[in-house]
Amino acid sequence: MSSRDTQALQSVPVNSPMEEWLRMDRMPHIWCPGCGIGTAVNCFVRAVEKSGIPREKLVVVSGIGCTGRVAGYLKLDSFHTTHGRAIPFAIGLKLANPELHVVVFSGDGDLIAIGGNHFIHAARRNVNITVICVNNFTYGMTGGQVAPTSPKGSVATTTPYGNLESPFNLAHLADSSGASYVARYTTYHVRPLVNTMKEALAKNGFSFVEVLSPCPTLFGRRNRFGDGLDIMRLFKEKSIRRDGLSTDAATVDLQNGPIVVGRFKDRPREAFLDVYNDAMTKALGKDRFRPYGPVTMREPQDSNGW
Amino acid sequence: MRSIKEAVMTGTHFIDGDVACAEGAIAAGCRFSAGYPITPSTEVVERLASRFPLVGGMFVQMEDELASSIAIIGAAWGGVKAMTVSSGPGISLMQEHIGLAVMTETPTVWVNVQRGGPSTGLPTLPAQADMMQAKWGSHGDYPTLALCPNSPQEAFDLTIRAFNFAELYRTPVLVMLDEAVGHMLEKVVIPDAEDIDVEVRRFTGKSPDEYRPYECAEGSLVPDLAPVGQGYYFHVTGLTHDDRGYPVMTPETQEGLMYRLMNKIDVDAVTDVRESEVEGCEVLVVSYGITSRVAERAIRDARSQGLRVGHLRLVTVWPFPEKLIRERCTQASILRVIVAELNLGQMVREVERAVAGAKPVRLVGHPGGAVHDPNVILAAILQEAS
Repeated sequence: MSSRDTQALQSVPVNSPMEEWLRMDRMPHIWCPGCGIGTAVNCFVRAVEKSGIPREKLVVVSGIGCTGRVAGYLKLDSFHTTHGRAIPFAIGLKLANPELHVVVFSGDGDLIAIGGNHFIHAARRNVNITVICVNNFTYGMTGGQVAPTSPKGSVATTTPYGNLESPFNLAHLADSSGASYVARYTTYHVRPLVNTMKEALAKNGFSFVEVLSPCPTLFGRRNRFGDGLDIMRLFKEKSIRRDGLSTDAATVDLQNGPIVVGRFKDRPREAFLDVYNDAMTKALGKDRFRPYGPVTMREPQDSNGW
Repeated sequence: MRSIKEAVMTGTHFIDGDVACAEGAIAAGCRFSAGYPITPSTEVVERLASRFPLVGGMFVQMEDELASSIAIIGAAWGGVKAMTVSSGPGISLMQEHIGLAVMTETPTVWVNVQRGGPSTGLPTLPAQADMMQAKWGSHGDYPTLALCPNSPQEAFDLTIRAFNFAELYRTPVLVMLDEAVGHMLEKVVIPDAEDIDVEVRRFTGKSPDEYRPYECAEGSLVPDLAPVGQGYYFHVTGLTHDDRGYPVMTPETQEGLMYRLMNKIDVDAVTDVRESEVEGCEVLVVSYGITSRVAERAIRDARSQGLRVGHLRLVTVWPFPEKLIRERCTQASILRVIVAELNLGQMVREVERAVAGAKPVRLVGHPGGAVHDPNVILAAILQEAS
């Protein structure tokens, strides 16, 4: 660790309000200076504090990658799963134990490339989970390869002559797949992010928050966006907020702007478990159907059965 | 504890191995399953989809086998007993998550109704060609626990046992049916619930302050689970981890974790090998699953011709009961050992390794798509050209 890093660590106040939410015995974290993942985590913790969700009922699931390490740093019940599969893990967890608030916190490569199929089906299925996607336009942990979110023409280690492909509009993808709640902000927008994460946590159904984040080390530097601060300035200058805008128009253009942010979709749609319990009650009758509540395997030990 | 009375279909039934497997899961306390349709295993999840809502369980058809196989791991951490079911191509897709279940020590049951392969192969016809995949399919070293029923009755019984082993050892357990057993209709007797032993999940008695997720009690190699949502704030990762559950990338951590994982299953306690007239036999036939049923016919015919033929049937196929196989196959009276299996030579390698050249070992293989002609096994027993 350089002396600058050491100084930076020492400059963190000892009684930071974040400390009680972090596994301090795992610090320092792996994220680079200027990275936005820490900001996303800070906003998330603030949102959780405001949400009133009992801490022990909040569970974080991550996949693999830089953002995939979030689960390991948050002092909650937390699961660091396989690459791309955090969402189906979270669905199994939530359906087995509906009283939990299950949050998937992972990156764009994890959730949208290798995990893209699970993402669209989870939005369609509308299980009551929250997905927070830190989109830094690249694969950070493996050294800056092209992602399905990388801007066309951008340089990555695997597209040394520029990316030939067009990126996904994640908000549009989530929206058109049926998500109940869809929002996008950048790590510049810390207060709106806290509010939108709080709304997403409260939403009954599949809620999706995209957090555009700088990756100065592997994306910014190669693509002449500068360091973390420069990218934050870019986020500030090029962003426009358009709540309720149709997601196909809510585009992200880092080069020329605009970067459209806001809460694009908040629709009432019955969540999976509610649909399940209603449909089964109708199909089987109240006497035969055993509702799928917070069933744990400990319950059969009760003399009353379930 | 005992099984749940209202959930168990006590009685005598005429059902196939797939349905019996589903009923075994319900009797064992399974209340969550995620799966994806694939022949010849689909009937298992179809049965669960219709039965679960009546017993407080849920089946979800996921978008693929990758999703199904990790959804059950999530559900197991959520506190329920969970199972997934597939065949050939689907089982291949699930391999990464078998590794995750091993690494995170998640009690889960994985049913493979084997069909002919490789690739899409023979969707509707039997094979036993995934036996080595069961052992080595996911990357890295890991212990495998796999059971192999040869009838619908055993599909019921061994699925219950698989759930019990999964809880006892905190490990994924594989149930290796094949298309023939899966689709075979036979009598299945489902006992009274109070006669079915069910292993309950073992949760820690420690407080959150004292609890370390992968710390084992004295004399045990299996750590206790913490219940999710109760303030333990535990971390679970597929990365190499220390007893706090934290990722630690050192050879020392890897060494401690790997040796514990590799040694935690008590081989003697899980071994189940059925023996018939083994003592003093001249020819010893080793088989498992559907092939054991065919071999029985060949053995009966050979015995009627005056030959002393023994039969060893592997019910627990992994961990391979090496010591027992070596003892039985190297008796002085034995002229040769025959391994009959519905593949071109998988478990025979294990038998050869155990016998270590002490006796000749001959494979009676089959490329799959049908069961053996018993006369082919008989010819091998009689050492005729076949």
